[in-house]
Amino acid sequence: MMDSVDRAIINRLQGGFPVSDHPYRKAADHLDISEAELIQRLEQMLEKRQLSRFGPLYNAERLGGGLSLCAMSISEEDFERVAEQVNAFSEVAHNYARDHRLNMWFVLATETPARIESVLAEIEDVTGYQVYNMPKKEEFFVGLRFEV
Amino acid sequence: MEKGITGPLDELDRRIVVATQGGLPLVPEPYEQVAQELDSTADEVMRRMRKMLESGIIRRIGAVPNHYTLGFKGNGMTVWDVPDDKVQEYGRKIGALDFVSHAYHRPRHLPEWHYNLFAMVHGRDRDEVMEKTDIIVELLGGDSRGHEVLFSSRILKKTGMRIGQ
Repeated sequence: MMDSVDRAIINRLQGGFPVSDHPYRKAADHLDISEAELIQRLEQMLEKRQLSRFGPLYNAERLGGGLSLCAMSISEEDFERVAEQVNAFSEVAHNYARDHRLNMWFVLATETPARIESVLAEIEDVTGYQVYNMPKKEEFFVGLRFEV
Repeated sequence: MEKGITGPLDELDRRIVVATQGGLPLVPEPYEQVAQELDSTADEVMRRMRKMLESGIIRRIGAVPNHYTLGFKGNGMTVWDVPDDKVQEYGRKIGALDFVSHAYHRPRHLPEWHYNLFAMVHGRDRDEVMEKTDIIVELLGGDSRGHEVLFSSRILKKTGMRIGQ
């Protein structure tokens, strides 16, 4: 179970981790715990999958790649086949079934922005279904802190 | 393999990204450890990471919580049809809500899809997601010309994004 220290770590350390020689010590000072305790608690929260990661969060597009959210409307009898075909593309990073007429939603991450369109065309070809491309026009990341 | 690393990133930057995208080492001097793996120095690694932070290549450094295991088992992709000239204003307001993890302006696909603003809403269950969605309904008032909440019924794939090794 998480206690108040774990919660403080999650609530206060979602950004701003120092880039300095002893960053854990510096972050631990702000949390009123020792460096060793902070490291141990992070290890445990990662092990329990309460944290999916601890470290830098990179902006995929700024690294030069292409990124888009795509949706498809698949009939029930074709759903498993199409899911398999879509997932077989290494460029498909996540794929979710959602309760909607557009019932398959996946994120496409490609080496270059130009590759998005060609991968989409390949997916349409292989599956026989239309893909709705919904690349973001702008993102709003103000609420990046998630409170527990 | 080069995976689209272009522009301001050089070879060492790229290797820093590859070495740290899965997480920072949990040791007292993590940047020193990364530097040793890359045959560089801690000062050089830190200098480059600070630069990537400044330029936005690194969004932030810290804990990435797993909503699901933290008890937020409901997550709804809420989609909204708002006037195009107000998307930015509402995107900022909705993105600032503490139960919204991210919000995006995306293109419509008329006539099938008329939503232009997406916001991921997190709650302990679907009921809580619906309650929180109502807060957004109130915030938008008459400017919401329609919305839906799409719940995920199944994860079909989740590998995440990684640049080449």
